[in-house]
Amino acid sequence: MASDDAAQIKTPGEVVAERLAVVAQRHFPGSTGVAKVTRLTAGATQEIWRFELLRPDGDQSLILRRTPGGAIVERTEASTSIGLETEAEILKLVFAAGAPVPEVRHVLTPEDGLGQGFIMTFVAGETLGGRIVRDPRFAAVRPKLARQCGEILARIHAIPTEKAPPLKRAGAAELIAQLQASYQATDWPRPVFELAFRWLGERMPPPARPRLVHGDFRNGNLIFDETGVVAVLDWELAHIGDPMADLGWICTNPWRFGAVDKPVGGFGQREELWEGYEAAGGDPVNRAHALFWEVFGSLRWGVMCAGMIPAFRAGDSVERGVIARRASENEVDLMRLLAGKGAA
Amino acid sequence: MQDEPRPDEILTRVANFLKGPATRESGPHISFQLRVAANAVEICQRQLTLSPKADAEELARLRALLSLDGDLPTLNRELARRIRDGELTLETPGLSEHLWATTLAKLAVDQPTYSGYRAALAERGGS
Repeated sequence: MASDDAAQIKTPGEVVAERLAVVAQRHFPGSTGVAKVTRLTAGATQEIWRFELLRPDGDQSLILRRTPGGAIVERTEASTSIGLETEAEILKLVFAAGAPVPEVRHVLTPEDGLGQGFIMTFVAGETLGGRIVRDPRFAAVRPKLARQCGEILARIHAIPTEKAPPLKRAGAAELIAQLQASYQATDWPRPVFELAFRWLGERMPPPARPRLVHGDFRNGNLIFDETGVVAVLDWELAHIGDPMADLGWICTNPWRFGAVDKPVGGFGQREELWEGYEAAGGDPVNRAHALFWEVFGSLRWGVMCAGMIPAFRAGDSVERGVIARRASENEVDLMRLLAGKGAA
Repeated sequence: MQDEPRPDEILTRVANFLKGPATRESGPHISFQLRVAANAVEICQRQLTLSPKADAEELARLRALLSLDGDLPTLNRELARRIRDGELTLETPGLSEHLWATTLAKLAVDQPTYSGYRAALAERGGS
């Protein structure tokens, strides 16, 4: 099927709007078209568009998530993210389980001519982590957020894994081996990362009962309003593995947006997260394992940043180069965790 | 030793962006990329200013720590190997101090406003 390249005379926005109008006609009975098709600030691996579905009984705001430029991406064993079709399946599953996620409204087909991806409801609220941490608008709800995140994670982790679409299985040992391979591939010496690999290798938790793990559950991938968390986004790193990985990741320093003394997303304490998790039916949290996953989280984000260099050199984006230069942020976080004092 | 990409790579990329998409397109997507480009230029500016002294100090520490001569990439590879193989640990005299000094020097260039860096400076008495 044609990607955007087939229509070079039109802007990408015009192409997407035209094709969305056809999708609306085919798959959204009662709609009369689309309007306000706008590309939002995009991630490096996919495009996100917002548009209005026009209906006589009231327009609906929807989100299109698709492969960049509407390209068809072949997935391989080496792919780290799950692919948008699988992500749509997981969203449906989590929605049915009662955890807050956008509702999937349509999974793109080749006939749609928009590439791979899906259309979901637009959830109003705030995603910018810095605002969640600092904006007075969230002052009243902020003390409740860490506990709420624990409750939501318990609900996600309770979903029977046999209901999930085929996903990679990866516990601590596999994830560390993957991370080690990614780090080695950068071929760039990082003594602090080496120290962290040693530390983790000496503290490997025993294999956990496998659960559906979000894989990127953090401030920045959550939508908040004045009542708390209203949606969990960005499921592309979902896998079957150790549920403690999700509880550690949301505590790593980059997702505190400057509020270093509030480890959970910059809005709460670890104990609140753990209490919410256990109260909502999650397995008891082992403190040493939680710290293991927090250190793992810092190392993981550091290796992901460092791994941007080949993509930076192959492409035309400035952003990837700047992300690569953020690997050192994780080195200072790791030093604080492993060789510091007062690492909050 | 600062990480890659190198300043010349970054600046070439920024110039291409400014001459290309930044002049042709507009909207939130481009505004975001413009802010990224400004950050990238500032990283290069700090690297030009700060790295000569930081690199010389790092090299001197590495030579003493490893009892070995060589350039920064070579000595950093050797340090990485010795930590990986468990020959050097946080209990080894000088290792923690070296890693702290090197890490803080990198952050002073890469992201001097980063919260973890500010916290580390405060915890270490602003050193």
